[in-house]
Amino acid sequence: MSASEDPRQTMPQTGPQPAPGESVLEVRGVRRAFKRPHGEPLVVLESVNVDLHKGEIVGLLGRSGSGKSTLLRIVAGLIHPSDGEVVYRGQPLRGPADGIAMVFQSFALFPWLTVLQNVEAGLEAQGVPPDEMRERALRAIDLIGLDGFANAYPRELSGGMRQRVGFARALVMNPSILLMDEPFSALDVLTAETLRTDFLDLWMESKLPIQSVLLVTHNIEEAVFMCDRILVFSANPGRVVAEIKVPFKHPRHRLDPRFRLLVDDIYARMTVRANAGKTTVLSIGERLPEISTNLLAGLMETLASDPYRGRADMPALAQALALEVDELFPVAESLQMLGYAEVEAGDISLTALGQQFAVADTQSRKVGFARQLLTRIPLAAHIKSVLDERPGHHAPTVRFLSELEDYLSDSAAEQTLRAVTIWGRYAELFTYNDQAETFSLEIPEAEAA
Amino acid sequence: MDTRTGAGNPRITLSELAAAPVTVRRIVAHPYLAVRGIARGNLPSGWDVVAFALLFGAFVLISKGASQLGAPLSALEGTQIDLRPSALPYYALRTTLRMLAAMLVSLIFSIGYASLAAKSKRAERVLIPVLDVLQSVPILGFLTFTYTFFLGLFPGKVLGAELASVFVIFTSQAWNMAFSVYQSLRTLPPDLVEACKSLRFSPLQRFRRLEVPFAMPGLIWNMMMSMSGGWFFVVASEAITVGNTTITLPGIGSYVAAALAEKNRGAIGWAILTMLVVILIYDQLLFRPLIAWGEKFRADNEPGQVEPESWALRMLQRSRLVAWLWRPLDAAIGAVLRPRRAADAPGESRLHLPRWTPQAVDYGWYGAVAAGGAYGAWLVVHYISRSLGPGDVLHAVLLGMITMVRVMVLVGLATLVWVPIGVAIGLRPRLAAVAQPVAQFLAAFPANLFFGVAVSVIVGFHLHPDIWLSPLMILGTQWYILFNVIAGASVFPHDLRDAADNLHIRGWLWWKRVMIPGILPYYVTGAMTAAGGSWNASIVAEIVSWGGKQVQAHGLGAYITQATTAGDYPRVVLGVAVMSLLVVGFNRLLWRPLYRGAERMAGVEQ
Repeated sequence: MSASEDPRQTMPQTGPQPAPGESVLEVRGVRRAFKRPHGEPLVVLESVNVDLHKGEIVGLLGRSGSGKSTLLRIVAGLIHPSDGEVVYRGQPLRGPADGIAMVFQSFALFPWLTVLQNVEAGLEAQGVPPDEMRERALRAIDLIGLDGFANAYPRELSGGMRQRVGFARALVMNPSILLMDEPFSALDVLTAETLRTDFLDLWMESKLPIQSVLLVTHNIEEAVFMCDRILVFSANPGRVVAEIKVPFKHPRHRLDPRFRLLVDDIYARMTVRANAGKTTVLSIGERLPEISTNLLAGLMETLASDPYRGRADMPALAQALALEVDELFPVAESLQMLGYAEVEAGDISLTALGQQFAVADTQSRKVGFARQLLTRIPLAAHIKSVLDERPGHHAPTVRFLSELEDYLSDSAAEQTLRAVTIWGRYAELFTYNDQAETFSLEIPEAEAA
Repeated sequence: MDTRTGAGNPRITLSELAAAPVTVRRIVAHPYLAVRGIARGNLPSGWDVVAFALLFGAFVLISKGASQLGAPLSALEGTQIDLRPSALPYYALRTTLRMLAAMLVSLIFSIGYASLAAKSKRAERVLIPVLDVLQSVPILGFLTFTYTFFLGLFPGKVLGAELASVFVIFTSQAWNMAFSVYQSLRTLPPDLVEACKSLRFSPLQRFRRLEVPFAMPGLIWNMMMSMSGGWFFVVASEAITVGNTTITLPGIGSYVAAALAEKNRGAIGWAILTMLVVILIYDQLLFRPLIAWGEKFRADNEPGQVEPESWALRMLQRSRLVAWLWRPLDAAIGAVLRPRRAADAPGESRLHLPRWTPQAVDYGWYGAVAAGGAYGAWLVVHYISRSLGPGDVLHAVLLGMITMVRVMVLVGLATLVWVPIGVAIGLRPRLAAVAQPVAQFLAAFPANLFFGVAVSVIVGFHLHPDIWLSPLMILGTQWYILFNVIAGASVFPHDLRDAADNLHIRGWLWWKRVMIPGILPYYVTGAMTAAGGSWNASIVAEIVSWGGKQVQAHGLGAYITQATTAGDYPRVVLGVAVMSLLVVGFNRLLWRPLYRGAERMAGVEQ
């Protein structure tokens, strides 16, 4: 696609754009960082500013590790920012506040409480008298379409019904701000869509006390479908790289060409960073996604064959492969890191090496892959050279892990090491023994019988 | 657990285990083996040493105090045990009540201890290693101190002796339960924790709505395990001789002791029968209902394929009377726990402490702990060295080695016998459904009831006690190997068996490549439990009497028992310390690494 046109200019306004309402919540210069024993503190979120206005749904869109969930949790008062503040009702936020309710990706229902007890839990915490509590809970259950299930336990319900309980539990608190953490991503496609439209219906009919909604998602279409404004996050450190207004009226149609155009545009924006990263030389501490070599090879083969012939539009490719952004981007980025593909403005194209790889046989693929690893991924080269130098050609995992932890969080370091292990094994650069947690050069002989 | 009781075992019916997702199976895994985080490596850390010193220092202090109290115990002598079978129901009731009281105390203790350990980093550093050592201490060795201590608190009163007995049972039950709760509190689902915060639960509400329910399934399993181990100790603790005083509490244990003294085989038979009935009633009226009820606290949110059933629970749930009685109680609990709106201060108050404060508190706390440990170590060394020389220590260690050889040989023999049988049963679901409860029942049955019978045989045939007393040690605990192996074999994946058949893998190769790796985690759990239980049993099994005739084997267990009977406190402390060290060493250097390896091999870990 071409990203040169700005959809905000090219697209006519579909409906009267409501004037932005008064601000209900402000995020001012919020930063979140972790101290580490060695090295610089790890920054998860860098100077984020967000204004939440009355009557709008704001989406936080980004890939995992971009800090969007962290921001949501800061607004929810679950974690404190290292810097900056959240202003709500004229006061800086300290801890979970009255009037801010949250819906969780995993539903977070208490399995040992019935639907009714789950919905009542928050009211109970506020010391609402039992009669009033019961009445309000039943009303919320009614509103969300759960009547008849009040006495059921969560395990008796389907995923969709469980998430409805999650909504009822949040709505019964009469929140003015509703926070949603990927609320539909654990559901199947049809259920998710029903829940989205049901929620939007309630929202449009103003049946909810909610003034504003903050929605975290990694699904571009979902963001365009639901939100009035989308903030696009980039990773390392997480910050807002773009703010996109969605000018469509509800109900929106996914097949509407203008809808598609906007989705394409956001795709392009989200691949900008990957493009910028191409020229810089990777460091040892570069975070590597844990992508199997089968997936890499599969994508290269797909790209090399018809109808793509070496070049594909990412949204179309994602749709064709039934992958989500979170799934496709890391694969594309890995190919780019390895020099097999280039990602630019929402398009992915194979390099000459990538074309060669797609048609090569297994052995020459491995040889080529090993060369790319050694030249493009400093961590792989580093492990290899350490193993070469050591007399026994052995090295324990912790040695590399502690090096990585100077650059990455603990979990990211482990993930990166796992990733490089997968790639290094495939390339037969080195081998890894999980029991002993050591890397070594020699190929293990068949276990002594 | 475990050393005493053998808790932590999946005492779980096969169908339940098969239906349980991996997460649930992990809850039932041995709490001792499952402890992670703190004890990352297998080698003893500094904290273990500190814990050891602290504990044994405390023991020495107690024993010193106890010997100085010198309370007259004679008031309790002369409780006559009626050997007529008609007296047994009353004795059974007394024994059962003791068990219940101990369980209640264990419950309160384990929740309190675990909450403290899970919520305070500083407390955790000390409490968890202490718990780890505690569960390796052979409690029967401490009967002396326990009794003198409690009798000293209530001189001349039966209450003292009753409390002492309850305390002994408590020490056999509490540790694995505490570990289980601690484990649960450390693994609370993060989303539910966030939900609690976001809904602004008060700490009490969080405790009631999240922490207790989440810990419940693991706790119930461990209560069952503890109970099953506890029968052994209640029997052992009712009739005891300290110095020249014999204490007899009315109960099945004393009944058996009296029967042994009078060589009354008929009475022993009646006692065994009564015990059988009591355990069955306990199972049906207490644990089946508890387990069925505990089902609702399973956190996985998925419907189980087979829900545990209990007729007793169904009856309770359907009874209107119970509902009528329960409602006001529930409302009262709710009212007590309901936070007042006014008390609910908005946000959290942030104390602005100077930067150095937490560190200073750290130094102070850890300094105090280290000082306490050093003092404890000094106390123990001083106490023992005052009356005993290096020769005595060497003697105790040597005897410990003999007992260790016994334990190893017995576990090995039990393995050879029960692993093939267990696998054969486990692979046949219908047979397994019958055999499993029987094996569990046998594990709960106090084997010491049979000791007298065995001794009469040894005496009658002039058998060598060093060899023939040994099997008694594993009599009660071998069943743990059997039912764990059954459990493991019955959840062995069907497709893997099919694959092995398809590849024509047979004979030894089948065991080596297919079955043994598959059941290894279960086997290790069972074998470790059996070994730990045997160490403990050695204290009563290496020296047994039959109608005034005493049969004795060489070993650390007999050493401790003799020292106890002689009122020789320093030797008791020495013997128990050596045994604890051996058990801890065994666990650390053998069982734990074995379990980790087994887990990895079987791919249980995630």
